[in-house]
Order: sequence, then C-alpha cells, then structure tokens
Amino acid sequence: MTMRIRFWGTRGSIPVALTSFDIRDKLARALVEASGRSFDSFEEAHAFASTELDFSITHTFGGHTPCVELDLGGEEYFVCDMGSGARPFGVHVLARQARRPATVNVFMSHVHWDHIMGFPFFGPAYVPGTKIRIHSCHDVCEQAFRLQQAAPCFPVEFNQLAASIEFVKLEPDQPREIAGLTVTPHLQLHSGDSYGFRFEHGGKRVIYSTDSEHKLENRAEAENFAAFFRDADVVIFDAMYALAEAISVKADWGHSSNIVGVELCQMANARHLVLFHHEPANDDATLHGLLKEARRFEELTRSGEPLKVSAAYDGMEIEP
Amino acid sequence: MALQARSFANVLVIGVAGRLDQDNCEAFRADLMAHVERSAHDGGAVVLDLSGLEYVSSAGLRCFMLASRQAKAQHGRISVAALQPMVAEIFEISHFNMVFQVFQTVREALAAASNEAVAAFDQA
Repeated sequence: MTMRIRFWGTRGSIPVALTSFDIRDKLARALVEASGRSFDSFEEAHAFASTELDFSITHTFGGHTPCVELDLGGEEYFVCDMGSGARPFGVHVLARQARRPATVNVFMSHVHWDHIMGFPFFGPAYVPGTKIRIHSCHDVCEQAFRLQQAAPCFPVEFNQLAASIEFVKLEPDQPREIAGLTVTPHLQLHSGDSYGFRFEHGGKRVIYSTDSEHKLENRAEAENFAAFFRDADVVIFDAMYALAEAISVKADWGHSSNIVGVELCQMANARHLVLFHHEPANDDATLHGLLKEARRFEELTRSGEPLKVSAAYDGMEIEP
Repeated sequence: MALQARSFANVLVIGVAGRLDQDNCEAFRADLMAHVERSAHDGGAVVLDLSGLEYVSSAGLRCFMLASRQAKAQHGRISVAALQPMVAEIFEISHFNMVFQVFQTVREALAAASNEAVAAFDQA
C-alpha cells in the first residue's frame, strides 16, 4: 500500500497569512515576467504560470502551524501535531468520511501552543462516534489539551467534545505498532522537551523531526540523530533559520537550520529532506531562497547518492 | 589543523588550511580562541586567511561564530579573506557573509583594519 504525506500546516510558532499587499506584489511580479507575452486563454496563462514563473510568485508556503498527515490508504488516520493546520485536516476527514465516524491517531511532538492550537477547531472532535487517540511522550499532554479549551479561553470545554478521546503514553526509543504503523519516538533538544517520530510502514521510513535544536559541537549528538534518521525515505526537518541565525542570535531557541538538515540527512543516507516549521517572519521569496541554498549546499557537499531537498508548503503532498 | 599566525602591526593574520569539520573543529576552536583572546582586543584585529581552507562544515562555521563573538566582547575585530570559491559559497549559503566582513585578499583585509598593518604587510 502506498503511503502519502499531506502537509496541512508547515509554519512555526504562529499562523501567518498573505496580506492584500503581498498578493498585489505577486501579481505585479507575474505581470513583469509576462511582459511581451500574450495569452489567448486561461489555460495558456495557467500553463505559463505553472511552468515559467518562480514558486514564490505563483504559490505561497502558507501559514498554518504544524499538522502533517500520513495517509496509509486504510480506514484509520495518522497525523503529527495539531497546529492550526488541524482545521483543514479536519475538513478533509469529515468530507472523506461522509458522516461515518473516523478513527484518528495523533502523534504529538510536544505541547507548545503552535502544535495544539488547531484541536479546538478539529471538526471530527465534535462528531459522536469518532475515536481520537493522542499519542505523546509528555506527561502533561492531556493537561495541555484540556487547558487550552478551559474558560475563559474557549467557549467549548474539552469535556463537551463528542468524540471519544484517549491519551496514550509512548516511551522514547521504544517502537510501538499502532494500527499497522510502527512508530518510534526520540528525545529532541527543545524547551520542555520535544520528540521526533520515526514511522515505518510497508518498507517505507518517514521521520518527523520538528522543534529540535542540534548542538554542532557535539559529535555524539549528530551521530545519534543520524542513526534515528538512518536510511529514511523522507525526513521532515525543523529548518526554521539560516545557519548563521540559528547559532548566533537564535541559539538556544530550540530550532535548527536548512544546512544542518542537509548534513544530518547526508550522514544518515536519507533520500529526501523536507524543510519544515518555517519562520513566520520569512516571506515566500525568503523561504524559496533558503530552499535554493539548501539544494546548493547539498550539491557542494554530496559524496554519495543525491539527497532530494524540498520545502514543505501547506497543501503539499508527497509519496515517500 | 595547525594554524599559521603572522603579525602585521596590531593585526594578526591566521592561516587556516585543509578541511574544517566535526572531526577537528574542537581543537581548531581552542587554538583560534586563544589567538583571538590575545590579539583581537581594544581595537586590535584578527584576519583569517582562508586561502588554504578547502571545506568548512556547520561545526567549523560555529568556531568562526564563537571567535567573532569573543572579538566583539573584547572590542576587537575579526574578518575573513581570500576564500576559495567553494568556501565563499558556503559562507553565502549559510548567511555567514552577513556576520563577517569578507575580503578578496589578505591585503584588503589589512587595509581595512589599519594603515600600519597594510604598510607592514607591504614591507614584508
């Protein structure tokens, strides 16, 4: 069975949205790029935009906070984190279920606000018969979910949700099989701790490693993460900053960089690095620049098989 | 990785050669910091001559960052010069060119540091 990864939320820290000025500027840049061209139909213009314009003109990386679905093609749902991307993910689940209750397996990297804020807007939580199992290594996970819906912060108390919601404790570095998916959590450096997840299914290996800082002076730490990422088909990686930023003004903020992502994936012999948890202050052009820089760094430092490098955006789908 | 140091007036030029990565960066960092502590203070400067540096990883770049921080704390300066094309590109990719003043040649770096330093370099 083919696995698909859907990115419902890819931004870090806080949701962002394009402004009307951003859209106007994208249109203006597209018009400049199209100078001297004529298009006789929408399709011709669409083909031009799709093939000849820069991603940062025609698209946006999006602004929802982390929520990444692993679609195994079965009945149950698997999703990492409940950032604001959980709202459109919930819409997708409801549409696909067509009134049948769903079973949703959630894996929480940690419970900082940007990773739980979508849950009160997760539609299936309001549908009787829905089963939601929230897996986490944190003892405070249930408390965090309940607190954010407690008065006066939200009008619907956690206890009023119609779904059956269970909190399941996972142990670091202990593989666990959940509805056919093997998951292994791994401790990461982040305020209050975070956990990466190694998912294995049908011979495919996917790593979800967000909100994780890597201390470059520590070779043992790098080898430890290379082992966790070993031979992964996809590594979804916290690349919030450029390297210079990550190890200077934003050192100890609990995040990493595009360059360290390339280095760790090369050490691990991984196949595809996906830059994730984008800095909310970065516009689309800046994020595209960070992607191009990561790709170039990979070319410069390649010693074996090429490492594919992508930048996640809301709505992106890939197959490992 | 042995560092070659030469003084020109109040500027120390340190030659860095080979590959700088996680295997040798801690020893390099200790040597570099000792030089920076002695020379990049109270208006003094250090110029890193990277003409012999073939490759630098993120761990190596971190050593440069720590040296820069130390120099600033001591009211000294640090710059890099004569980068090979690949290392120059890595500086740009990692945005280290926004942290360091990057010069095409050691002479240019010395000229930016002080008239005495570049005069001493020209006479050497």
